[in-house]
Amino acid sequence: MPTDTTPSLTAQGIVTAYRRRSVRRVSLVGLAALALFTTVVVDVITGPADLDFWRVAHIIVNPSIATVKEEVIIWDLRLPVALMAVVVGAMLGAAGAEMQTILNNPLADPFTLGLSSAASFGAALAIVLGLSVIPGVGGLFVTVNAFVVSMLASLALFAFTRLRGVTPEAMILVGIAMLFTFNALLAFLQYGASELQLAQLIFWQLGSLARATWEKVGICLLVLAVVMPYFLSRSWALTALRMGEDKAAALGVNVSLLRLAVLAGVSLLSAVAVSFVGAIAFVGLVGPHIARMIVGEDQRGFLPLSALAGALILSGTSIASKAITPGIVYPIGMITSLIGIPFFVSLILSQRKRHWQ
Amino acid sequence: MSLAAVALNFAYDKRPILQGAGFDALKPGELTALIGPNASGKSTLFRVIAGLLAPSVGTVMLGDTDLATLPVRTRLKRVCFMPQFFAANAALTVFDVVMMARKNLSGWRVTTEDMDAVGEALHGAGIGHLSEAYISDLSGGQAQMVSVAQALIRQADVYLFDEPTSALDLRHQLDVLNRIRTTIANRNAIGIVALHDLNLAARFADHLILLRQGTVLAQGTPANVLHQPEIGATYGVDIRITTGPKKDLVVHAYTS
Repeated sequence: MPTDTTPSLTAQGIVTAYRRRSVRRVSLVGLAALALFTTVVVDVITGPADLDFWRVAHIIVNPSIATVKEEVIIWDLRLPVALMAVVVGAMLGAAGAEMQTILNNPLADPFTLGLSSAASFGAALAIVLGLSVIPGVGGLFVTVNAFVVSMLASLALFAFTRLRGVTPEAMILVGIAMLFTFNALLAFLQYGASELQLAQLIFWQLGSLARATWEKVGICLLVLAVVMPYFLSRSWALTALRMGEDKAAALGVNVSLLRLAVLAGVSLLSAVAVSFVGAIAFVGLVGPHIARMIVGEDQRGFLPLSALAGALILSGTSIASKAITPGIVYPIGMITSLIGIPFFVSLILSQRKRHWQ
Repeated sequence: MSLAAVALNFAYDKRPILQGAGFDALKPGELTALIGPNASGKSTLFRVIAGLLAPSVGTVMLGDTDLATLPVRTRLKRVCFMPQFFAANAALTVFDVVMMARKNLSGWRVTTEDMDAVGEALHGAGIGHLSEAYISDLSGGQAQMVSVAQALIRQADVYLFDEPTSALDLRHQLDVLNRIRTTIANRNAIGIVALHDLNLAARFADHLILLRQGTVLAQGTPANVLHQPEIGATYGVDIRITTGPKKDLVVHAYTS
């Protein structure tokens, strides 16, 4: 680290250094977007049916040339799955990023804090007991249950943040307590479930993109389109929160209100994501960490890159789930950790080296 | 425009912190030092003036405006408060956090003007070489200088600094207080600095406010306040004042 003996930079030199970093930040976000596009393309051309890149490109540009089989494979199976991976990854990445920000804890993510388990439990209520938390929502009641229960869990978390003297460490413990509570409740439901219901429940816990439809992709996109602009509009306030509650409040941030609103957004993102693809661990935790190591925590770069990193992880997972054993599509929940961890560890190691220089 | 507080009461739960704390109108362009022992309510008084805590009784007047009538955001734009500590584990650079203070939560885009202002501020504060360092890597003193830079880059009518020099070495204590004093004078703003070092208070402040157990015990010019017998009683020490080589007041404290 520079010391006081270093000759002071001129004001213009300081600005130039910042500009350089801003350009770097923008180009890294651009690069991540490009990488994501590549993984989506690879995702769409990977699969049991042997379709090469040009054939797939032709079919996408001009659907009328496709045979019935090709049309089903590309338009009904692969494209929704590939896009679902992207939007769900982005949702989990963004949710994790803001969770870590508002709780001031690098371990926070929708999964470690039990929000995913809560959503799973809510969905289980619907699947096993046919119980709808909010009556009259029709076919959406699994998703609605997942959302409502996850929302209640986040409200409980929020209540704990408001209790005086509760440290972030204690909050993580409360989150883990919720995780185990909801897992236990889930086990209760599983114990009394029929085989068919059990199969549906297992689907929840493994996490799978296989049931992606255009409709679900659309709903996820809609949720992202509602929540992300809000998060982005609160960029400065969220960045300020990382300087501590006191500092943020002194800048005029209504910390409680911001926490509650962002927690609502995070719950919406994670609940919808989880209710469609099952409880996927790791993405919400690692995506933001990757972004933080690359661009730091200025939310204007941190949030977009967290979402992109989450999308990249899940998109890569989607490819791996098909490529590991040809002909078999593994549930992605099994693979996210296997793919993400080596990448994550290598990033931590390279980061440490840079600090040593 | 002047700042005055009348009979402020504030309690955390049942524990009273401020008990009828009030001070006469502070003039713009002048620097006031808020002195008093630990836990005398200095930080709480700042928070109440800034509007982060609501007093149970009492008013804070800025000119003809009762600050309680302003929305919190507006109030905090006019009253800039620098808290004592900041959590420094974030992956944000010094430039980032000063820019954040400059943007003051509005406008997503960073203009050339913003960047130049932050560059000038860091250069002027003598922390230009730290511009691209993460705040988590800063020493306590460096973090404090960043904090002061964050406060001074904002345009406000009132500046409140909670112990801006507690972690600084001698030269930087003088530098920072000089910068605060000059900036306040140039902007014709009202500045209050909470200080533990009575010598610094005597040297840099135009005006002193002595706080004890949530009550203002004395206020006035440094010479006036420091010569009052209450000051020794407040701190629980024997205080002697002499004149230094540059006609400045020097405060000596002895265990009584």
